Amino acid sequence: MKKLLSIFAVLAFAFSAHAGTLDDVKNRGFLKCGVTTGLAGFAAPDDSGEWAGLDADMCRAVAVAVFGDRSKVEFITTTGKSRFPTLASGEVDMLARNTTWTISRDVNLGFEFVGVNFYDGQGFMVPSALGVSSATELDGATVCIQTGTTTELNLADFFRLNGISYEALPIETNDEGKENLFAGRCDVYTTDASGLSSTRAAASNPDKWVVLPEIISKEPLGPLVRHGDHQWGDVVRWSLNAMIIAEELGITSENVDAQMSSNVPEVLRLLGVEGNYGEMLELSNDWAYQIIKQIGNYSESYEANVGPDTPLEIARGLNALWTQGGILYAPPFR
Amino acid sequence: MNEMNEVRKPPVATTGIIGWLRINLFFNWTNSLITLFVVYCLYQFIPWILDWTIFSADFKYNYLGEQITNQEMCSRNLDPENGGACWAVIYVRFYQFIYGFYPKVEVWRVNLAYIMLAFALLPLLYAKLPYRKYFLYFTYIFPVIAYFLLNGGLGFTEVSTNKWGGLLVTLVLGCTGIALAFPIGIMLALGRRSKLPVISMMCTLFIEFIRGVPLITLLFFGMVMLPLFLPEGIDMDGLVRVLVAVTLFQSAYMAEVIRGGLQAIPPGQYEAAKSLGMSYWRMNLLIILPQAIRISIPPIVNTSIGLFKDTTLVIIVGILDLLGIGRGTLADTNWLGLSYEIYFFVSLVFFIFTFGMSRYSLYLEKKLKTGINMGAD
Repeated sequence: MKKLLSIFAVLAFAFSAHAGTLDDVKNRGFLKCGVTTGLAGFAAPDDSGEWAGLDADMCRAVAVAVFGDRSKVEFITTTGKSRFPTLASGEVDMLARNTTWTISRDVNLGFEFVGVNFYDGQGFMVPSALGVSSATELDGATVCIQTGTTTELNLADFFRLNGISYEALPIETNDEGKENLFAGRCDVYTTDASGLSSTRAAASNPDKWVVLPEIISKEPLGPLVRHGDHQWGDVVRWSLNAMIIAEELGITSENVDAQMSSNVPEVLRLLGVEGNYGEMLELSNDWAYQIIKQIGNYSESYEANVGPDTPLEIARGLNALWTQGGILYAPPFR
Repeated sequence: MNEMNEVRKPPVATTGIIGWLRINLFFNWTNSLITLFVVYCLYQFIPWILDWTIFSADFKYNYLGEQITNQEMCSRNLDPENGGACWAVIYVRFYQFIYGFYPKVEVWRVNLAYIMLAFALLPLLYAKLPYRKYFLYFTYIFPVIAYFLLNGGLGFTEVSTNKWGGLLVTLVLGCTGIALAFPIGIMLALGRRSKLPVISMMCTLFIEFIRGVPLITLLFFGMVMLPLFLPEGIDMDGLVRVLVAVTLFQSAYMAEVIRGGLQAIPPGQYEAAKSLGMSYWRMNLLIILPQAIRISIPPIVNTSIGLFKDTTLVIIVGILDLLGIGRGTLADTNWLGLSYEIYFFVSLVFFIFTFGMSRYSLYLEKKLKTGINMGAD
């Protein structure tokens, strides 16, 4: 019996003691990245079946860092419920799935959030005909709210704090909220600001709706990996940071080749002309150059997917660089 | 006397169109009122739906004659007063709706599989087919061919199931679920009626457990729990895990349907078979099951249609079937807000398949005369 048990123990050890995720990814030849089943601006298939969006770009950036090729990624669609088990079981190497960084997810679920690629927060949308310019003026309003979410609790807190009353109209899905608001069954719809923007963009006449300036919760969305594999966590973290630093330094996909002969030391370090930062990450030395060349810097990705020129029209706001009034900040590249 | 033999025509009011109308639509005053009300509703609804879906709709070009590439170019968004459905989104995304993300170079394999599926179904659906026997051989090996064709291997490049989607996934789930559940269901039904307590208890337990749990729970079980039971490093494909869940679910329901058929067979049939010295398996194969399955056709088709529609639940575990592709399209910033068109199209596709299944079962019932009394009294 003891012998049998020890055989099992050895077998279990043999199965669990596999190489790091980075080596797995390199051996497999492509990255497996978990994304949403479709969320406007973050990850959705385009007409040719390619995944596009802010989160999809995050996946591609990591694929470029490892392979130097933006196509070496397989997108695995996950839902809000299946995302964590999918990551935990090793079915995906990383998640870039519009996931809020919270202490319980970071600590208790055994994941590691490597950064924030979008600062979201709960907001309010009202018909512009209502003539309201601030959420504090919403006394007595009927609010469409998704039941069983943190948004419900945030809403109650916000109204109590401001000493005003509201009537909740419980809904289940975003579509339902949209239909109820457009049909005038509620005065206000509240959900994450990025969700409000896509709801507004889906309206037949977006100008008839206005998103109020108040943001009443913190929803930092970012990519995450499994606990314990720090080398892989570093690769994902610095793929994101490289895009942010590139924006700080003014390097874009257009001018990256010219920047190779820049005289700014940090630019040269980032692009791999000086130093051996790629080697430290066990990547090629031009990994960041390739990310910027093939994906672009953070700003380019933002503008192309969710920025003011897209139907979503989400202003940079908190997602602007720390030097420009936002809180986007990457540690120095040295 | 001759006058007596003269054939008198039935009263006008009971024959022809007028007779039919009187009997079916204007039988008494409540009947007439309901008829008029329904006609009024149809009069209001049909012109509107025809106008929206066909006459004012954009198919590829908007009313300015430009080819539509995003929702802003749809006539109904350019000019909300006139303009109906914007079918351009279906036109542009048709490939994704039918094949998902299957690589374009390899798509002939899916097409071939679709065609072969039609040929494989032919001998099952149409009993008078010439050379039916040879076609049936093909039907038996079709699942194997389809597996290699769609998934890869045997010289075909591998196409991971992540790239499958749309109608392909819906059909794979529906067909595999229905086809596998049928034999498993028969075994479970026989097992549950078995006189051997262990077998009957095990089958009953299985059936009652699966029937007592919603399909969504089973899908989650397949998606979330199965990988935890497997040793690390052994990777079970996501679609296969879902297929396992769907098949288990459908088998339990199929078993109960067939058990209903088995119970309707009069004991005389069993006794007659046994008195001829037939073994258990021969009796069931030759005497009992053919009759039991024949009378179970309506509920078999019923659960099959139910399963076909239930496959849309796989979106919950992140597999993009026909409906999932539709939702993904709605999340593309180019096509935001076209939910009416997309849901209409998806329902239409589902309707075509389920209506076809239901019509076929009616034809089968008529052909096999399932309604007849088989001497049971």
